[in-house]
Amino acid sequence: MGMNIAEKILAGAAGVARVEPGEIAIVEVGTCVLTDMNFFPASWREVLKVADPARIVVVLDHFIPANDPQSAAAHATARQFARRFGIGRFHDVGRDQGISHVVVADQAYAVPGTVLVNADSHTCGGGALNCAARGVGLPEMLFAVTTGKSWFRVGETIRYELEGKLRPGVSAKDVFLHIAGKFGAHVNQNVEFGGPGMANLSLNARRTMAIMGTELSAEFVIFEPDDRLIDYVRARNPAPFTPQWPDRDARYKERRPLDLGAIEPLVALPDAVVNSSVPVAQVAGQRIDQAFIGSCANGTLDDLAVAAKVVAGRRVAPGVRLIVTPGSQAIYREALAAGYVATLSEAGAVVTSATCGACVGGHMGVLGPGEVCITASTRNFKGRMGDPSARIYMASPATVAASALAGHIAHAGEFFAGELA
Amino acid sequence: MIAGRAWKFGDDINTDLMLPGWVMAKTPEEQARAVFAANRPGWIDEMRRGDVIVAGNNFGMGSNRPAARSLRNIGIGFLVAETINGLFFRNSVNFGFLALECPGVAAAFEEGDTAELELDAGWSLRNVRTGRQLTPQRIPERLLTLMRGGGIFPLLEAEGLIAPRAR
Repeated sequence: MGMNIAEKILAGAAGVARVEPGEIAIVEVGTCVLTDMNFFPASWREVLKVADPARIVVVLDHFIPANDPQSAAAHATARQFARRFGIGRFHDVGRDQGISHVVVADQAYAVPGTVLVNADSHTCGGGALNCAARGVGLPEMLFAVTTGKSWFRVGETIRYELEGKLRPGVSAKDVFLHIAGKFGAHVNQNVEFGGPGMANLSLNARRTMAIMGTELSAEFVIFEPDDRLIDYVRARNPAPFTPQWPDRDARYKERRPLDLGAIEPLVALPDAVVNSSVPVAQVAGQRIDQAFIGSCANGTLDDLAVAAKVVAGRRVAPGVRLIVTPGSQAIYREALAAGYVATLSEAGAVVTSATCGACVGGHMGVLGPGEVCITASTRNFKGRMGDPSARIYMASPATVAASALAGHIAHAGEFFAGELA
Repeated sequence: MIAGRAWKFGDDINTDLMLPGWVMAKTPEEQARAVFAANRPGWIDEMRRGDVIVAGNNFGMGSNRPAARSLRNIGIGFLVAETINGLFFRNSVNFGFLALECPGVAAAFEEGDTAELELDAGWSLRNVRTGRQLTPQRIPERLLTLMRGGGIFPLLEAEGLIAPRAR
């Protein structure tokens, strides 16, 4: 019996011929990513030595630029750590600023066929690059940083066989909401994406889907490699790598065909991401105070492009705040060059610098008591974006942008009418 | 054997309920006050150190934030859930919080029941009121040792890889 992608990567990193579900694999970690959250005094422990500074990446992202003195102090500790151990891949305020998962994908720090850990849950996103990437806690982050190793409980794997092509106005976020609504949580399971439909998904779309896999409570979320991915990585990261395809006779807990062409725009109702998806029509008309597009899931150039397309030549409804936060400053610059930032600003959106920001209830878009928000970000948990009495609906950037124009939740279909599938 | 008064929680209890974003950079005392403040206001004043949590599926879903540390810090004796989210489980091991999966546990306990967990002379969970006995899922010995021994930090300190806590 062959192995699937997650098993092959874990076995390789563990230096063993094969691993089986249920086993604990002790693996060599290819890349360790730390964020500003790790450096707050309540969490951080002074590191005395590191296994290999070349395998470490430090990205300030949750509260950047600093929103209060505590964040500023955490950032100072991170700078000190990067200096002390000569961390070359250090992303501070400025040109290379961004959300860690976005930076990791932008720069192809997530290397196909390797293991990456980051002390942040949405690390799964590296799976778009065929990397076994997983969020870990701070103690094991420091274990990985200091020893170069980590452990994983090998999970069963669900394989999604992608077929067909998304219809105009339907996005990767809707694919995720479809999976989360139909199949619910994937606790202790890996998710593998492959199949002919993958060729119709941009790398940005795959990034969104892999990031959102975290919300399925999946262990690893990994896409098959293809030429598009391999060329992308080669152009950005000089490290040699071996992408991993599943064996022909790989074992899966289940194979699920997924017809991309059958998916429609969906909205997750407040307080839960899984088992919470409804068609847009079911909540259309729900009044909103804020609309947000951003985060590691929906701050890609594709997301900004679709938002700009929807709002072009129109105005955000009076009384509604549309906040757009690109995933990285590199994406921000691309959006500037493409004219998206001008289009969004002219329509009344506020385009912020790259940070986790409103998604984590951090800054630049925190919700007040009783407010209603529709968000294209990672989570709609109660209290996630600010006051616990705020209501958070979650949808695609197109649906969020259309809702911002309408002043209430609205289907974006009219903005894509006439486009060919 | 460890025993404690049970508080019942449902399915999909997420990390943000245990450690909301707005207290992430605050003191441990402020973080403790915020545990379950959104879904069970006032609970933190009713619970006592040594109490235990009995929950449904996918306990601890959500972020990597150290929600397990929060439960450890407020004195929760242990957690038994139908299933535990993978990342929450990792944090439980690595921060030294005793958390086990135990099929059937949600139906076997009512709030206020006393739960007895035996991990040394056998491997069982018992409801003292009903006498019902369940078998928690086994976990590898080395993970259990970390969970019960304060987690990873003491290990890294002993090996000179991180500095001991100054305060």
